Amino acid sequence: MAEMWINMGPQHPMTHGLWNLRVKVDGETIVDAEPVVGYLHRGWEKLVENRMYPQIIPLSDRLCYGASMSWSHLYCLTIEELMDVEVPERAEYIRVIVLELQRIASHLMWLAAYGTDLGLLTGFVYAMRERELFLDLLQSVSGARMTYNYMRIGGVRNDLPPNFERDCLRTLDYFEKKLDEYEQIYDGSDIFLMRTQDIGYLKPADAINLGVTGPTLRGSGVKIDIRKHDPYSVYDELDWDICTHPDCDCYARYRVRMDEMRMSCHIIREAFKKMPDGPVRVKVPRNAPKRTAFARVEDPRGEGLMYVIGDGTDRPFRLKVRSPIFVTVSAVPIMLKGYKVADVPAIMGSVDMCLGETDR
Amino acid sequence: MDLYGFTEGIVRWLVGIISYFVDWLGFHGFAGWIESPGVIQFLTIFGEALIVFIVGFLIAITMIWQERKTLGRLMDRRGAMVVGPAGYFQNIADGLKTFLKEIIIPEKADKKGYNWAPVIIIGSSVLLIGLIPMSDRFFICDLDGGLIFIFAVFSITPFAILIGGWASNNKYSLIGGMRSAAQLISYEVPLLLSLVGVVILTGSLNLGEIVRAQQESIWFVIPQFIGFIVFLITIVAEVERIPFDLPEAEAELVEGWWTEYGGMRFGLIMLAEYIRGYAGAAVAVLLFLGGWSGPFLPPEIWFLIKVFIVFFVFIWIRGSLTRVRIDQILNIGWKRLIPLSMVNIVIAVIIKSMGWL
Repeated sequence: MAEMWINMGPQHPMTHGLWNLRVKVDGETIVDAEPVVGYLHRGWEKLVENRMYPQIIPLSDRLCYGASMSWSHLYCLTIEELMDVEVPERAEYIRVIVLELQRIASHLMWLAAYGTDLGLLTGFVYAMRERELFLDLLQSVSGARMTYNYMRIGGVRNDLPPNFERDCLRTLDYFEKKLDEYEQIYDGSDIFLMRTQDIGYLKPADAINLGVTGPTLRGSGVKIDIRKHDPYSVYDELDWDICTHPDCDCYARYRVRMDEMRMSCHIIREAFKKMPDGPVRVKVPRNAPKRTAFARVEDPRGEGLMYVIGDGTDRPFRLKVRSPIFVTVSAVPIMLKGYKVADVPAIMGSVDMCLGETDR
Repeated sequence: MDLYGFTEGIVRWLVGIISYFVDWLGFHGFAGWIESPGVIQFLTIFGEALIVFIVGFLIAITMIWQERKTLGRLMDRRGAMVVGPAGYFQNIADGLKTFLKEIIIPEKADKKGYNWAPVIIIGSSVLLIGLIPMSDRFFICDLDGGLIFIFAVFSITPFAILIGGWASNNKYSLIGGMRSAAQLISYEVPLLLSLVGVVILTGSLNLGEIVRAQQESIWFVIPQFIGFIVFLITIVAEVERIPFDLPEAEAELVEGWWTEYGGMRFGLIMLAEYIRGYAGAAVAVLLFLGGWSGPFLPPEIWFLIKVFIVFFVFIWIRGSLTRVRIDQILNIGWKRLIPLSMVNIVIAVIIKSMGWL
């Protein structure tokens, strides 16, 4: 068969959103690949220039439906940097707790999607079932299930609800048992290993050169995590480790995310132990000073960065978002080349695409 | 009384009533004609085919329901539960829905191939129902080479899939059709080789003979265990279910070779899939699990119980495994299953030549 281009997307089960992956195939082997993003562009960065600083928080929730807490946190962190606001310590601990809950929920959604990518619907339903528990927890904190609008510039909106610590720890105990069950379903199946091991090889050097971050980078054996290397909130006061895996393939990325879920449980427990009492929010000025600021966080998908220019008014002059997946997608051709068409879902699934943040 | 005698009785009774009235109306010649043995035989075979088709159709529908409920239980949900008792009529509702859908033919499609592919598939699948005896009295025809004929009919479908995939003029369906051809060609070989052991043990290709041989000795699953396992794996590939459902791998190929099929064409293809699943499970039961033999209950019930148990294994596999890649499938087929089925043939030859069975 001659070589031909196949459009996988914008409407395709593999894409998890709205983007187009053009692959050039020779029979079943991928010769070339070309990701095309931008179908979900909503003009987010322009939109926020007409909003006051607090009004942007619910919008930043919409950057990624899978990890909205971490995006609104990133936004608040940036503006705190801009306005030089000191956040109360209890608020920082609450932030760490909800961020890690969000990370688990996001990774669970990834795990669910990875199941269907490989044809395992059972994994999908199981992971979604446990994700519900974490959504319930976040709902009890913030009142919403997906877009929380919980972070505030200078703290969080409200204190944790009564009995939250008990519920949360109980959920974590239950969830860690369930994680073993997932590992039985996924790692215990030879076919899953056949589909993921030695597939989608991404050299550490390539990953660094292309700016890949997050679990994809750590799956290539590079030990970089913003929470450790440029600590924000109270991550430097907690005792935890970076999860990496040296294999550089889809299985390594899968392993990193599974380990990160366990590590998140550990971080939440630590945070509960050290959490002090006190206020959860401080008053902040209405207008920002005339200067620039940026902040970066470890989003569930990689390094998220926001850069803001204040012009002395109550609206940002410019707000730039660096989304992890927008950068990671440039590594897709390298990961895909030489593998089979059937490996496309396995490889793309292991990247954990989120189009909301990619196209903004 | 077998199915033929039963149907003949009904037909004779109906023809008697009709010819009485026709005679009374004064058409004596016509009354005599419809009571002639040729017409009676034609109507009997027609009625027999109708009964077997309806039964097979109901079994296929029940299998879809069984799959929905069992998969639901495996996935910690409930499956179909609203329409009818325990959601049994959901399939019928879905079938009616596909009837109401508009028939869309892609503009650039090859009309002939596109239209004929589902016809060939559903035709060959329905033919399979007619070839499977449910007991020594419930069957249409008892062919001497029944086993060969069943697998000849089974292997018509890949050609239709290739035609349909090509004629849809869609890249996904083309790749799906190619995969189907590659997969089925490489799995026909171990599939047929795994049956050779049974044929050696019985010395017959007649399904009734094979079941009777098992009733006299033991179920062939015991002496032919390797063959049984190879057969189960290859039949899953043959009816294109997960983990071997590459031709319609929905993650990468949307819906594989049936991407462009909609409405009742899709419904028929879907039904044909389950009829083939039924045929595969039925052959496994007939060859390895003693067919319709069993105590107390009527043989047809025993047959159906065994078929549903084998089909449950298919569903179980679907609920717990991921999809295999195309080159891995071919590797498993050529490098693992063919040697295993060869070993199985050697075992069968040893058993037969030592006279142990």
